[in-house]
Amino acid sequence: MAFNEKIRKIYQDQLDDIRSQGIFKQERFIHSSQAADIEVEFPTGSSLKKVINMCANNYLGLSSHPEVIKAAHEGLDSRGYGMSSVRFICGTQDIHKELEDKMTKFLGTEDTILFPSCMDANAGVFEAILDKDDVMISDRLVHASIIDGIRLCSAQHDTFKHSNMEHLEKKLQLHSDKRLKMVITDGVFSMDGDTAKLDQMAELCEKYDAMLFVDDSHATGFIGKTGRGTHEKYGVVGKIDIITTTFGKALGGASGGCVSGRKELIEMCRQKARPYLFSNTIAPVVVAGVNRVLDILSGSTERRDKLEANTEFWRKGLEEAGFVLKEGDTPIVPIMLFNAKLAQDFSKDLYDEGIYAIGFFFPVVPKGQARIRTQISAGHEIHHLEKALDAFIKVGKKYDILGKTKQEIIEKYGM
Amino acid sequence: MDDMQKIVLDYVIDEYLEDEDEEITVDTPLISGGIVDSFSMVSLKRFLENKYNISIPDDKATPEAFDTVNKICSLVKEFVKE
Repeated sequence: MAFNEKIRKIYQDQLDDIRSQGIFKQERFIHSSQAADIEVEFPTGSSLKKVINMCANNYLGLSSHPEVIKAAHEGLDSRGYGMSSVRFICGTQDIHKELEDKMTKFLGTEDTILFPSCMDANAGVFEAILDKDDVMISDRLVHASIIDGIRLCSAQHDTFKHSNMEHLEKKLQLHSDKRLKMVITDGVFSMDGDTAKLDQMAELCEKYDAMLFVDDSHATGFIGKTGRGTHEKYGVVGKIDIITTTFGKALGGASGGCVSGRKELIEMCRQKARPYLFSNTIAPVVVAGVNRVLDILSGSTERRDKLEANTEFWRKGLEEAGFVLKEGDTPIVPIMLFNAKLAQDFSKDLYDEGIYAIGFFFPVVPKGQARIRTQISAGHEIHHLEKALDAFIKVGKKYDILGKTKQEIIEKYGM
Repeated sequence: MDDMQKIVLDYVIDEYLEDEDEEITVDTPLISGGIVDSFSMVSLKRFLENKYNISIPDDKATPEAFDTVNKICSLVKEFVKE
């Protein structure tokens, strides 16, 4: 046994350090299906509490949709539980190919390849298609999985200021000598809820012969008039060279992800992307569920329309109450509190009021930008949002931040 | 402030500051202060190498060594030939 007391202490000290920084993550156990109303055990061992969930990525309310559950049951019955193989040996079923084709059609791309998760898609895609003569130029606020993927790739990399097109253009000029250039961004940024200016980015990429990569995990299914994603919102369907996205959020919320885009790039991923080559793909039961989700979304925009209406209601209610919000029109609505302790205390008080919403602070967001991030769902009814709004106002009054400006909140609580 | 400090400070302001009102000095913590993330540090390293015609080994280009303009200048001076 090599795990002696000396080794144990090294890890205990590191964990104590994480605790002392106030960033120790603790799971809360949910004893019900994922939905607007959930039953939560928190702290561990306490009795169950019924709360309204305001922090799930269940944007379209499909995580526990009866039709999706039925399709998953049918998939389990007809295609079994597991594949016990990676894709290229004997781990590909007809329904995997069906899902890839449906995603290609849904996103308006040329081809699609499934990955066990979007984290894996982002970890594998860059290494598969770029090398040391190339450059990746990424927005400074891209998701952690993209940063990991960039680190795994031998291509050079550079960054540009968040959503700053002038800075991006400078970087494209600076790297004009590279063999291939790829501009990398999230479609919707998960912490602020703002969207990438894909129309301007596509134009710049065309001007400087660069490829454009978008992670649309917080957009696929509901952003754009028919929910195709951020590229639909900005009128650039067909102009994005690579889209990565997840099935773990709006599209049923179970697991899995994909890379969709130019057919040569997708084929390169099939030949070289390591998470695709060395890991089982998505389980048949999940594939069957996502296939049904795409049928639902292709047949009607009802759910994304309801999400849009819910988001408007929520944002307007918070603004009228006098909260400081991050501007935007996506279902990610951050309520700015600026101070880390205030964000933690606010979240705790909301929970006592029956509202489940989490505080985020440095290092997850920049220093002095602590917030409560709320995420709206088509699974919310107006009565959920009204109750949540009442709770936010009650707690907001307690801390005397309603109607206060950013400066006034910072003066009162500090950064 | 010497020439190198001014050049590096100007670059950091232009390259990293999002808020025009934000003020930094040669001693402001850049990485530990959340102004420059360690992932974006690469453009600063490239700038220094091109500007001063030096090569900074990766094991020297640590977040600690890049944490303030003063520390960056000290590091650069180690590699600049007299």
